[in-house]
Amino acid sequence: MQETRYELPKTLEAAVALLAGANGQARVLAGGTDLLIQMRGGRVEPALIVDIKGIPEMTAIAMDNGAYRFGAAVPCMVLVENKEFGKVWPGLVDGANLIGSIQVRGRATVGGNLCNASPAADTVPAMMAAGAKASIIGPKGRREVPIEEVATGPGKTSLAKGEIVASFLLPKRAPRSGDAYLRFIPRTEMDIAVVGAGVNLTLDDKGVCTHARVAIGAVAERALMVPDAAAALVGTNVDAEALKRMAAAVSAACRPIDDKRGTKEYRIKVSGVMARRAAEIALERARRKS
Amino acid sequence: MAKVHVEATLNGNAVEFLCETRQTLLQVLRDELHLTGTKEGCATGDCGACSVTVDGRLMCSCLVLGAEVQGKTVQTIEGMADGEKLHPLQQKFLEHAALQCGICTPGVLVAAKSLLERNLNPTEEEVRYWLAGNLCRCTGYNKIIEAVLDAASEMRRS
Repeated sequence: MQETRYELPKTLEAAVALLAGANGQARVLAGGTDLLIQMRGGRVEPALIVDIKGIPEMTAIAMDNGAYRFGAAVPCMVLVENKEFGKVWPGLVDGANLIGSIQVRGRATVGGNLCNASPAADTVPAMMAAGAKASIIGPKGRREVPIEEVATGPGKTSLAKGEIVASFLLPKRAPRSGDAYLRFIPRTEMDIAVVGAGVNLTLDDKGVCTHARVAIGAVAERALMVPDAAAALVGTNVDAEALKRMAAAVSAACRPIDDKRGTKEYRIKVSGVMARRAAEIALERARRKS
Repeated sequence: MAKVHVEATLNGNAVEFLCETRQTLLQVLRDELHLTGTKEGCATGDCGACSVTVDGRLMCSCLVLGAEVQGKTVQTIEGMADGEKLHPLQQKFLEHAALQCGICTPGVLVAAKSLLERNLNPTEEEVRYWLAGNLCRCTGYNKIIEAVLDAASEMRRS
């Protein structure tokens, strides 16, 4: 077994330099809930582990004039316990609060969830629906990209060598906005999504939907934005007819696989149901804020 | 293989150890520090038998590297009783016979203590959700839940 170097850089620049200069396999360590299992199973044998939890930007939650920025290495439980954040983005907390157990959520991070690039990642559709951007830093500097452009397929991302997702940027919230994430699993806890759906919407003062984003997980090689589903809501009162059209658009966008967690047909049908229920929760949350 | 030198606080005492970079906190606790109260079940973060707290945060020690606890405060099951005096949770687990083989018990106790530190008046549902990451293969769940609720009730009174 080759030797593994462990580094705990204090700055993003130092972390990028370590990763960019690495010979052999290098891995970022945030919560370790995927990496340590992959190492134990022999699937990865990193020559270098860069623990990014010593970097202030990556572990902070900050709000500036209504817009949140949180570090990619913030553990899910820290987000879940942040009451102010939960009031503004309850749908993101829905996603963060579904990953594994309390123990796993004490370590697992939104950045890790995104970069592990599982199509069933629970925080990813919620973040996409929220319109979040990933702030990525690398040898060529910093860039900001929509969440949906980070994961490209199972275990694959668009990050170049030496690049790290440092933090996430969320837009300032309009009044009468609500979001929600729901997943289907055959039990109540400790499982991987068969289907996941995130919905984020804004109403005007008459209750008409002016803005919507719908994202779905576990029904394609990566989480998908469904613009047709969002369009079915905009301009409506989010009534039963609009929800039905939205659900149909979601089902039409699915391109799932058959596996032990669900068949293709089942996932296609259930994705519409999950999206409708998530939209109903998001709607109720938006109305409560009026 | 080069080893990492780590200094931490373990159950209230300063401790230092050398570990390999790939060693988990669980391996360090059991194999280097000989604290075998923390159990290995699945070693993949599913069963909760290796639950500890690091800086007050509940986690599976199989999913933490030993090197990561530099400068941190770790609490294990060995730090739960005050000398010969059992923690109310431990006492209630005995009274309710909330264990059978006992392998899951240290993890369940550490997790339950972490819950009661946050919420001393949890509902049965809250206890069940909090302990969802602690698997018991003897299926003693009902007695575990009853013992935790009873301990919480006693701790509220004292």
